[in-house]
Amino acid sequence: MYSCSDLKKGLKILIDGEPHVIAQFDFSKPGKGQSLYRCKLRNMVTGALFDRTYRSGESFAPASLEERKMQYLYQDETGYVFMDNQTYEQLSLSADTLADDKYFLVDNMEVEILVFNDMAIGITLPNFVNLRVTQSDPWVKGDTAAGNNKPATVETGFTLQVPSFVEEGTLIQIDTRTGEYATRVKE
Amino acid sequence: MNHTLVSKRDRLIERARIVQSIRAFFISQDYLEVETPQRLPVNAPERHIDAVACGDWDLQTSPELAMKRLLAAGYNKIFQLTHCWRDQERGQRHLPEFTMLEWYQSDCDYRETMKECERLLRHLVPTGTLHYRKIVIDLTAPFERLTVIEAFQRYCQCDVSQALKDGRFDELIAYEIEPHLGRERPTILYDYPAELAALARRKPEQPELAERFELYIAGLEVANAFSELTEVNEQRHRFETDEAARRGLGKQPRPLPEPFLVEMESLPPSAGIALGVDRLVMLLTNTETIDDVVCFTPEEL
Repeated sequence: MYSCSDLKKGLKILIDGEPHVIAQFDFSKPGKGQSLYRCKLRNMVTGALFDRTYRSGESFAPASLEERKMQYLYQDETGYVFMDNQTYEQLSLSADTLADDKYFLVDNMEVEILVFNDMAIGITLPNFVNLRVTQSDPWVKGDTAAGNNKPATVETGFTLQVPSFVEEGTLIQIDTRTGEYATRVKE
Repeated sequence: MNHTLVSKRDRLIERARIVQSIRAFFISQDYLEVETPQRLPVNAPERHIDAVACGDWDLQTSPELAMKRLLAAGYNKIFQLTHCWRDQERGQRHLPEFTMLEWYQSDCDYRETMKECERLLRHLVPTGTLHYRKIVIDLTAPFERLTVIEAFQRYCQCDVSQALKDGRFDELIAYEIEPHLGRERPTILYDYPAELAALARRKPEQPELAERFELYIAGLEVANAFSELTEVNEQRHRFETDEAARRGLGKQPRPLPEPFLVEMESLPPSAGIALGVDRLVMLLTNTETIDDVVCFTPEEL
């Protein structure tokens, strides 16, 4: 268990059974009064941010989280299914948990999954992923409003801005951290 | 090369100048500088202050009791610059070992100490203007005087007694009131509920209040002062109450400071104050964190 004096930025604690990380921390002790520990907390499952003030004497359970290397298998009615190649154990992540990351999953891709109590709560993708353009209108010459860029949709349904020379069927590399076009992939 | 230490050079030089200037001020006002032991068999019992043990004894959390024994023996104007230790207090504005300035004067009350604060600050900042984190503070005008009751009305729309009942007094002071205090000129927040002042005298005309004040500059609490309680029986009773509360919180039992209680019989009417020197240096050197105004933090040792 942690006590108030262990609280600091980055510490992961359990609140109402869910893992939270301390995003900001401030210690106060107004004139001979009690110690106050004000924390900005982020719920690591929902991402919600909120403030909470603790007083000396309170204690906290550490949130034990593990990162597991897993392989993306397929999507089914339960969500997106991943497998641990060592244990063959499988986990499913919902589209909500994955958010935009779901657009960058390629079959057999290796990812890091953040696991809490056998529940996957987050994912770390490789920095770059290759995806094929499935739809993109030809660039209209003279349309300078968008510069030399035009919209394109890739095989996972994700839409992004690409340079004018990218055509339907082209394999492109996308930065998964920003969702932006990186380069054309030579085949 | 320790680059953190190198980068603190200007502030540490300024710190030395400030400490020398504090000393010069009190000497010029006919105060006697004293040194009292830092390792004590017992500190004054405080519900929310924990001492750091040192062998069978404790390091001082404040030199207050020793200073008052001197007052009781007729040393009528005294000051001390010394280190104090308070366990587990660490943050942007707290170090578990810090430098305290305390001064005491007999035959006066806390109103005289308020004026002494004004004179000290003007002495330390001859230009009369303090710039701290985009705030400009005028030290030449009389400091703002604001009672605790007024502060709760003005900034919390809430009654002090209700806040005490709900256990929210400290929280409201820290988060709702403090940030507003001492922004154009320093604020003297005064007349605390009597139960929040273990060693302060009750206000004769309003015994539910104690003659205690805190000095705030730019939202930062700099000093705590009061008219000293001189009634031995009431002091013993308050110590017993606070010691019982400490034990109730599961803290180490401690004896009462008996030599102080005995000598308190001859304590004249007086007033005293404890001022955090590190915080004062922060204000005078426009520094945001206390780490930057000391040579070493505990984490760096």
